[in-house]
Amino acid sequence: MTATTTETARTASGAPLLEVRNVCKYFGNVVALKDISVGVNAGEVTCVLGDNGAGKSTFIKILSGVHQHDEGELLCEGEPTVFTSPREAKERGIATVYQDLATVPLMSLWRNFFLGSEPTKGWGPFKRIDVRRARETMVSELRKMGIDVRDPEQPVGTLSGGERQAVAIARAVYFGAKVLILDEPTSALGVKQSGVVLRYIAQARDRGVGVIFITHNPHHAYPVGDRFVILNRGRLMGDWRKHEITREELVHQMSGGAELDALEHELRRTLDGEGAPA
Amino acid sequence: MVSNTSPAPAAGGAGAAAPAPPPKPLADERLAEIGTLARIMRRPELGALLAAVVIAVFFATQSSLFLQLNGIANWTDVASTIGIPAVAVALLMIGGEFDLSAGVMTGSAGLMLGVLTAEVGMNVWVAIVLTLAAAACVGFMNGYMVMRTRLPSFIVTLATFFVLQGVNLGVTKAITGQVVVSGIDTAAGFESASKVLGGSFWEPYDFRVTVLWWIAITALATWTLTRTRVGNWIYGVGGDANAARNVGVPVTRVKISLFTMTSLISALTGIMIALRLSSAQASQGVGEEFQYIIAAVVGGCVLTGGFGSAIGAALGATIIGMAFIGIQFAGWNTDWRFLFLGVILLVAVLVNNYVRKRAEGARR
Repeated sequence: MTATTTETARTASGAPLLEVRNVCKYFGNVVALKDISVGVNAGEVTCVLGDNGAGKSTFIKILSGVHQHDEGELLCEGEPTVFTSPREAKERGIATVYQDLATVPLMSLWRNFFLGSEPTKGWGPFKRIDVRRARETMVSELRKMGIDVRDPEQPVGTLSGGERQAVAIARAVYFGAKVLILDEPTSALGVKQSGVVLRYIAQARDRGVGVIFITHNPHHAYPVGDRFVILNRGRLMGDWRKHEITREELVHQMSGGAELDALEHELRRTLDGEGAPA
Repeated sequence: MVSNTSPAPAAGGAGAAAPAPPPKPLADERLAEIGTLARIMRRPELGALLAAVVIAVFFATQSSLFLQLNGIANWTDVASTIGIPAVAVALLMIGGEFDLSAGVMTGSAGLMLGVLTAEVGMNVWVAIVLTLAAAACVGFMNGYMVMRTRLPSFIVTLATFFVLQGVNLGVTKAITGQVVVSGIDTAAGFESASKVLGGSFWEPYDFRVTVLWWIAITALATWTLTRTRVGNWIYGVGGDANAARNVGVPVTRVKISLFTMTSLISALTGIMIALRLSSAQASQGVGEEFQYIIAAVVGGCVLTGGFGSAIGAALGATIIGMAFIGIQFAGWNTDWRFLFLGVILLVAVLVNNYVRKRAEGARR
């Protein structure tokens, strides 16, 4: 069922921005990931779907340099690479936006946007943040993402969850991310807010960023994704381009396909048979 | 131009397959109401400023001396020796940590200066440098232990507090046989050191030179907080250390530096007090850490970090100074000042809590 990796190789340079081939990861004698092959091209969204414990987090951590893979290959723009630290991954243009750990609620928008990479002016003891430039850049960058900021001093905490994700995404794109890894950006959000975040993902994609969108919700993945892979218990369950699969089929696959049918059958029988549980 | 965004049908994102048109700006209706007033209301030190004005007016009605230069020289003196360490404590608190050893550190520094000058016979300036270096080491240890063990700084610095208190009493008694070290004024370099750190200016009124130090340190801290990268990092590590780490802020380095700086400034305060009195008590500074924390909190610092200002802490110290001296000028029993401290702290915490909830936004 594992699809070939050749079809991902369609970027201008001929190689996907980021790709893994037959990657395995073991923790002691636990097989966390086995033979995973996925890639993402510039201007595409690759959705990685999986239930809890499917290996999504391990997968992200390998891509973002927190863990190193044990077997297989990690290719960054076609070149075999091992990221030894998150910083190294970041330097290669791979930005990871974690669900809840992306922004500081009490800090203003512009301070959040530039936290850790503040633009400065002046020298020596007079070196200071170029506040005006920071504010203007932040406003214009967020406008590109379709957010109209009136007050750069507004604390991020007063934004909605979706907008906060958007700030984090805009920041990653601004600081030169070629690949954006989004860890469950919609899982804590309501339906409408999720829609907002999906729109920003599409924005980032249209600006030429390769997006790896990790989620357990096929309804969120399908509209925005170009390619879908499903992880289950550390293995690749399937790999489809958008035209190869319908939303219903994706939902079905995601929920375990035949497993779900069996479960449904089993549940029905249990309920019929046992009556009131203890 | 509040273009009320008509939520797109199927906000779940229909038709994202086609190159999405740039989404129209989501005009946020909440932003429209932000005016000058709201902007001012957002300042952490606003409450402290209003309170300071009210208290000044109140005590001025109780005693005509209060707002005369003589009187002002009096309460700015108290305010400055609380305010200098309070500004440091505020920075640390914005960075998300506490230092309960800051008060007793003023005592330790004074005693060390006293022992090095009066007992060992060192030049005062040399003794000051050694004392500050020792204080920096203690601060570094505080920070290192907190970051290494990930224990709450409350507990770690509480331990430091008792260790220092024990050392202060034990060492002082062992060396001098008393609970006081005196005779700092006999050492070389005392004249100049005392002029710079413990003296007074503006002749007939005798303002303390510590007031100038206080203003300078507050200004420096404010500049650092609001205009430098380090300041941005301090807000970041206090607001959410994980988020800050994720975007590349050296969280451990920032926090350890803050602890070191706090001990250093507390020690500087202790040195100033010792030079002024030309002696040091073994019990000096015990309990004052709470006054620093109160000043910071009254000035708008949030106990959990990430929010506050150095000017606020200075204003908080001003309020404490005014209350202490005002109560004295008004001829009341000075025991009441602790009641006052308690009440003002409670009010400040309630106000801060409200402000923070609004800033963090209840809706997620």
